[in-house]
Amino acid sequence: MKKAFSFAVAAVMLAALLAGCAAGGGKTSSGEVNVYNWGEYIDESIFADFEKQTGIKVNYTTFSDNESMYAVLKTGGSSYDVIIPSDYMISRLIAENMLEKLDFSNIPNYSQIDDKYKKLDYDPTGEYSAAYMTGIVGLIYNTKMIPDDITSWSGLFDSKYAGKILMFDNSRDALAIALLRLGYAVNTTNADELNAAYDLLRQQKPLVQAYVMDQIFDKLESGEAAIAPYYAGDYVTMKESNPDLKFVAPSEGTNQFVDAMCVPKGAANKKNAELFINFMCSKDVSLKNMEYTSYTSPNKDAADEYAKTLDAETAAVMFPSDDILSRCQIYVNLPQDTLRQYDDLWVKLKS
Amino acid sequence: MKKRPLPTSRIFLVLIFIFLYAPIALLIAFSFNSTKSRTVWSGFTFDWYRQLFQDSAIMSSLWTTLTVSIFAALIATVAGTFAAIGLNNMRRRWQSPLLAVSNIPVINADIVTGVSLCLLFVSLGAVLKFELGFGTLLIAHITFNIPYVILSVMPKLRQLDKNLVDAAQDLGCTWFQAFYKVIIPEIMPGIINGMIIAFTMSIDDFVISYFTAGSQVQTLSMTIYSMTRRRISPKINAVSTLLFVFVLIMLLIINFREVRQEERVKKQNSHHHS
Repeated sequence: MKKAFSFAVAAVMLAALLAGCAAGGGKTSSGEVNVYNWGEYIDESIFADFEKQTGIKVNYTTFSDNESMYAVLKTGGSSYDVIIPSDYMISRLIAENMLEKLDFSNIPNYSQIDDKYKKLDYDPTGEYSAAYMTGIVGLIYNTKMIPDDITSWSGLFDSKYAGKILMFDNSRDALAIALLRLGYAVNTTNADELNAAYDLLRQQKPLVQAYVMDQIFDKLESGEAAIAPYYAGDYVTMKESNPDLKFVAPSEGTNQFVDAMCVPKGAANKKNAELFINFMCSKDVSLKNMEYTSYTSPNKDAADEYAKTLDAETAAVMFPSDDILSRCQIYVNLPQDTLRQYDDLWVKLKS
Repeated sequence: MKKRPLPTSRIFLVLIFIFLYAPIALLIAFSFNSTKSRTVWSGFTFDWYRQLFQDSAIMSSLWTTLTVSIFAALIATVAGTFAAIGLNNMRRRWQSPLLAVSNIPVINADIVTGVSLCLLFVSLGAVLKFELGFGTLLIAHITFNIPYVILSVMPKLRQLDKNLVDAAQDLGCTWFQAFYKVIIPEIMPGIINGMIIAFTMSIDDFVISYFTAGSQVQTLSMTIYSMTRRRISPKINAVSTLLFVFVLIMLLIINFREVRQEERVKKQNSHHHS
């Protein structure tokens, strides 16, 4: 009895090892598509629909930020078919010749994407990417703790709110706010302008309770902090837990991000990738993803339909007016020297 | 002469338990919260558990984590036990340096192990035409598990009477029977211990998995980490709660069995002495 058991264990182990090698060793067959996306950024129920429609199996993995996604792509040894990086990372990938041109004849649903999300600065010819989600950064503040009407980035630099202010914990987003406050472009490469932005952040530092990213959710919901910059879509979920929160798009203008679907160079299943992108661009799927993430889909019909289901205030946050959008700036990739200055200034600020 | 414990040591014990278990209690509580908030309690719900089982990304990464951990622990236990027996029978001059080398992955930072395995797999894969995937993930986990098994089996082997095998063979066992019927049962507690440690290390691992999993699979810890830019979903609280309850039940069963075994041994001993 015991012997039989141990033989069984040995057999199972051997089978698993062989299966494991086969899974790792076999070339990806034509019936698959490997998708690499941000965590918590898709309604996963759509994969089953896609598999039913096309018979293509979706292997879905996730990353936490553009830079680690870039590192994984650079290391090699893995083959992704669809990746969903942000604007500035797309321009970097294009510059480094790491993306395939899309064959839009396989992506008929691309016509449903709003024209204002095509051929943007990060992909000026529009050959490499199809927008997936977009949104703006804004100021989120607690109206009970801050009775004043805040309309500008100056709210983050006001000593009245000392100790209740949160700031982004990464160099690009933090310096962008200071640049906007000073009236400079978020993509500036002018060293003096960046130094001025740094000086502003330096002055702000004693007022800041913490430099954080996802903890902004907890701190704003619980009332531990009163004002912070964050993304419009996330404001919508924060408001569910704390109705005192309010979102404003600052008058100086703000950063708009676009996350878009691309195919990395040498993808094994390019056709499947394009079919998947086409599926993602459709109205129904855009609606589902919008509902799940609370971010804004660039699919025009889906956006119009979804806006009708929302209250006026939420709709205004998720679908900013053209007036607000005209004051928004999208990141592009910065030259090496400027990136180095960003790093230096950030280290100096945090130390 | 048994000293009564100082009251301060009791207080310390209580504090230690609070610090250890308060986070877990909070995690479990918020798996029943009706909004996504991790700080504001808004009402009781089972919704996250329902959503958890529909979430293909979390469920498939949970499945990957469990299969990798189980197979890595089993294979590492077999390999590690044989390695420990081999090392134990070596001459001192060879044993100590080899043991030191096999312990390097334990002391080494995970990131170094992860990156070096990744580089090895990528360069081998370029020649042998394979990609990072479940296979490489499994091999990586076996690699970092083996030293833990060796570390927990070695002490048991050292306690073993060197003459036991000779005695067994004297009494008619073949070498294999002596190994299977005498050595293995004697060192079994060490083997089980090693397997449990290996299993936990595998479940726990993020860094090494991150570098070796490739584009088709990911472990639960990788899924959780990738959520940090937005917000870790309460579904993760739900799956963590289930894992915690599962481990708790396992531990209770193991402890219960140990207690019963000890009682049986005690009874037998008292029989012999009388």
